[in-house]
Amino acid sequence: MDCCPSIKNVLLLDSEGKRVAVKYYTDDWPTLAAKLAYEKSIFTKTLKTNARTEAEIAMLDGYIVVYKFIQDLHFFVTGGDDENELIIATVLQGFFDAVGLLLRNNVDKRSALENLDLILLCLDEIVDGGIVLETEASVIATKVAANSLDGATSLSEQTISQALATAREHLARSLLK
Amino acid sequence: MARPYVVKKDDDHDDEAEYSPFLGLEKGTVLQEARVFNDPQLDARRCAQVITKLLYLLNQGEAFTKVEATEVFFAVTKLFQSKDTTLRRMVYLIIKELSPSADEVIIVTSSLMKDMNSKIDMYRANAIRVLSKITDGTLLMQIERYLKQAIVDKNPVVASAALVSGIHLLQTNPEIVKRWSNEVQEGVQSRAALVQFHALALLHQIRQNDRLAVSKLVTSLTRGSVRSPLAQCLLIRYTSQVIHESSMNSQTGERPFFDYLESCLRHKAELVIFEAARAITELSSVTSRELSPAITVLQLFLSSSKPILRFAAVRTLNKVAMTHPLSVTSCNIDMESLISDQNRSIATLAITTLLKTGNESSVDRLMKQITNFMSDIADEFKIVVVEAIRSLCLKFPLKYRSLMNFLSNILREEGGFEYKKAIVDSIVILIRDIPDAKESGLFHLCEFIEDCEFTYLSTQILHFIGNEGPKTSDPSKYIRYIYNRVILENATVRASAVSTLAKFGAMVDSLKPRILVLLRRCQFDIDDEVRDRATLYLDTLGGDASVGETEKYVKDFLFGSLDVPLVNLEKSLRSYEASDMPFDIYSVPKEIKSQPLAEKKAPGRKPTGLGGPPCAPVSAVDAYEKLLSLIPEFSSFGKLFKSSTPVELSEAETEYAVNVVKHIYDGHVVFQYNCTNTIPEQLLENVTVFVDASEAEDFSEVASKPLRSLPYDSPGQTFVAFEKPYGLPATGRFSNLLKFFVKEVDPATVEAEEEGVEDEYQLEDLEIVPVDYMLKVGVSNFKNAWESMAPDNERVDEYGLGARESLAEAVCSVINILGMQPCEGTEVVPSNSRSHACLLSGIFIGNVKVLVRLSFGVDESKQVAMKLAVRSEDPNISERIHEIVAEA
Repeated sequence: MDCCPSIKNVLLLDSEGKRVAVKYYTDDWPTLAAKLAYEKSIFTKTLKTNARTEAEIAMLDGYIVVYKFIQDLHFFVTGGDDENELIIATVLQGFFDAVGLLLRNNVDKRSALENLDLILLCLDEIVDGGIVLETEASVIATKVAANSLDGATSLSEQTISQALATAREHLARSLLK
Repeated sequence: MARPYVVKKDDDHDDEAEYSPFLGLEKGTVLQEARVFNDPQLDARRCAQVITKLLYLLNQGEAFTKVEATEVFFAVTKLFQSKDTTLRRMVYLIIKELSPSADEVIIVTSSLMKDMNSKIDMYRANAIRVLSKITDGTLLMQIERYLKQAIVDKNPVVASAALVSGIHLLQTNPEIVKRWSNEVQEGVQSRAALVQFHALALLHQIRQNDRLAVSKLVTSLTRGSVRSPLAQCLLIRYTSQVIHESSMNSQTGERPFFDYLESCLRHKAELVIFEAARAITELSSVTSRELSPAITVLQLFLSSSKPILRFAAVRTLNKVAMTHPLSVTSCNIDMESLISDQNRSIATLAITTLLKTGNESSVDRLMKQITNFMSDIADEFKIVVVEAIRSLCLKFPLKYRSLMNFLSNILREEGGFEYKKAIVDSIVILIRDIPDAKESGLFHLCEFIEDCEFTYLSTQILHFIGNEGPKTSDPSKYIRYIYNRVILENATVRASAVSTLAKFGAMVDSLKPRILVLLRRCQFDIDDEVRDRATLYLDTLGGDASVGETEKYVKDFLFGSLDVPLVNLEKSLRSYEASDMPFDIYSVPKEIKSQPLAEKKAPGRKPTGLGGPPCAPVSAVDAYEKLLSLIPEFSSFGKLFKSSTPVELSEAETEYAVNVVKHIYDGHVVFQYNCTNTIPEQLLENVTVFVDASEAEDFSEVASKPLRSLPYDSPGQTFVAFEKPYGLPATGRFSNLLKFFVKEVDPATVEAEEEGVEDEYQLEDLEIVPVDYMLKVGVSNFKNAWESMAPDNERVDEYGLGARESLAEAVCSVINILGMQPCEGTEVVPSNSRSHACLLSGIFIGNVKVLVRLSFGVDESKQVAMKLAVRSEDPNISERIHEIVAEA
């Protein structure tokens, strides 16, 4: 009934389908077992597809799943059956690019786990309780990194602007394609 | 990107695959580590690391006990002392994850409220989100002021945080959030894209029950102050809602806001374009002219390089193809290239769309392509394909051979229950509707049960073979398959195989002696039910009493239905207690909730596949029927024939909103007046409608049911019933006057005064027209239905419709006049065509099935001529249909 676009979950799995970071926003999967079963199902059903250059899409168990892979990381965003596919895809792209910026384009499972705090903050800044909070990757990354400016391990102001520059370059390249 | 490099890197990872900063992390150890939170000298980095570890455990699905969670929560609250921003951010996160209980929340409230007023934007935004996630009603009152302020905060992140929190809080504390309207309204005008989006979403949710306000909102915003693509999507959704609601009130005329939707098709963001295209295709009773711009943009998406765009477009077009196949044919070439799409979801959707829009000559080629990819797709998609093939086969009966072959092939392959059931259902429907397909279809089913793992399907198929098999040219060849079940299967299947054998015995005399032999063998079965059935059938079939009457009795027993609804039978049997009295089947009530029409029009045939009667699609009618059956005055009227859609009797936005639903019975008419009181300061009591039927001579009022009380904004109903000539489509005009006692209500205390004043309110007139006696009921195969009706009852005549705007408009208005169901998509008129044939079906009062063939022609001067041919079960009704058209 609610006509505000909503996201059911955002998942980041590794190349064996294990969790790196996941966030569920609805009670569609009430138990841990149900969640794991769902993750396993989408992981195996999308495993053979090639979602490395362009985000891919699938319809599973009455949900729309949009996904993209890089190295040994699998990104998924799930929405309802009647959701606008492009909105779900925008959220995925925002998450994907923001992680790229935060990990300084060194996106793999290892660095994702080493910077898990950033990934979790990133998830927190993209969707709040199913409602899309922000979709612009550079904004998300700034919001996440602004908190860790003081931390020695995190991005400094300098690298942020670098990161943004890389993002711009990425964007330009994808436009030229 | 150099491919080998990537692979090499993956290999490197395999060597150290086990590396992870959280390897071997245990809950107990981490909980120990969490003690650092209590250190007097906080090490911010260390604490943040520990929180990350805790979050990692939670994220992996590790469960914390109540005690553990509380302990961690209390320790975490200490960290508010630290000024480290990273740490604070992690603290916010873990508080949300721990979702503390109400008594624990109090501890962090003051810290969070301090952060809500902090100078640091990030603190403000996050504190708002945390607080509104864990807060309850009373606490919300305290922070309400800050939230209102935050909504209009200069920083868009803070404003968005407050607005999104508002959306969540509206679910639990609507009365508080509703007070923020003004601030939210300001947010809608924000320059920041996402603030605008969140504000619009919240504003709409606040006002969603107020139709007028939503309509105003849409009117003002569609003029173009919305910039954010996401907000634009919302606006499109609200607009189509408004269009939908307004189209229920007015029957004809231009759609409001359609121009806006169309203009969104030219937006620069793809997601807005798609949202608008989708909204247009989903408009109720959309015309092909309205559809065409939307189809055009979707067609462009079909050849996009992005899979998501292709998927979105093909999925939408697939839905359109169900109702407007002709409009989608322009995309056929693009669709065909998608059959080989890497993404199987897209390929499946493309192929099923083609199946819906394709013509007879393309069937064979399509089938070949489908066979190639059936094995790669998931069951749920296979079901979609099977259903598409079924309808295709009904559309082109001549192609049954290749389609039936395809079905039998996939029936033999691996698959789950739902998938197999869909295939079996399809074969059954084809057997039913295409006589030529019967023998081969039955044969495929026989083969299938030879190796079928689903008991349900086996028994259903056996039942079906029992009914259809004896009527084929060589019934004896089925016996082997059936008897094999008796030998090889479980008890349930054996029992139904025995019943099937008996049916063959009863119908085919030449087989009877052999069947008796087989049944006798079944008497040695180990299962009670199987033996009982065998004995029973031997008794009924055997013996030499082959007198005519007994034989009829046997067939009735084997084939006849019980003639009572199974639900009622089950209920009666449950309440029947074992006693000396034998159970009397005639004591079972025969009243059915709503008799599915399909059964009536095809007696002795199975209405749908194996699954019994179709679930009635008319849930609204069911609801009305239930409502009316609760009113004793109307209980003697019999079965409800038809309920009209609500007709508004008051102008929009007046004091009392009244609409009426016309319920038609064979000998009565009931008007259901749905009244809504829109004045908060009034309570209406003893509400009735005084109906003047002087312009409706055939009707006389028999009963009325007043509405005792009608408080503000909670709709109520009052009824008036009329008697009319039994089974006849009497017409007339009724004028209505709303009468009531009105009492003043104090809005503050919501208490009504003692004394009421009598008052009345003039409503608009109401008419009973011939369409009210016509039920929209489709037929699956119009040609068969038409030919099965006696040509003697056919009435043909020609009419001149005068100059019309277009052929499509003429067709549409004739369909509306007759109120019948267009069949086989013939209501769609291809643009620029000079002539059109339209098929309609319906049920007229008295349960008379009516079929109509319309042929239209248009000349240069836009003069439209129409030939109307009616067939029905009653020649008088056929003439009556002509009168309707002649009078209109």
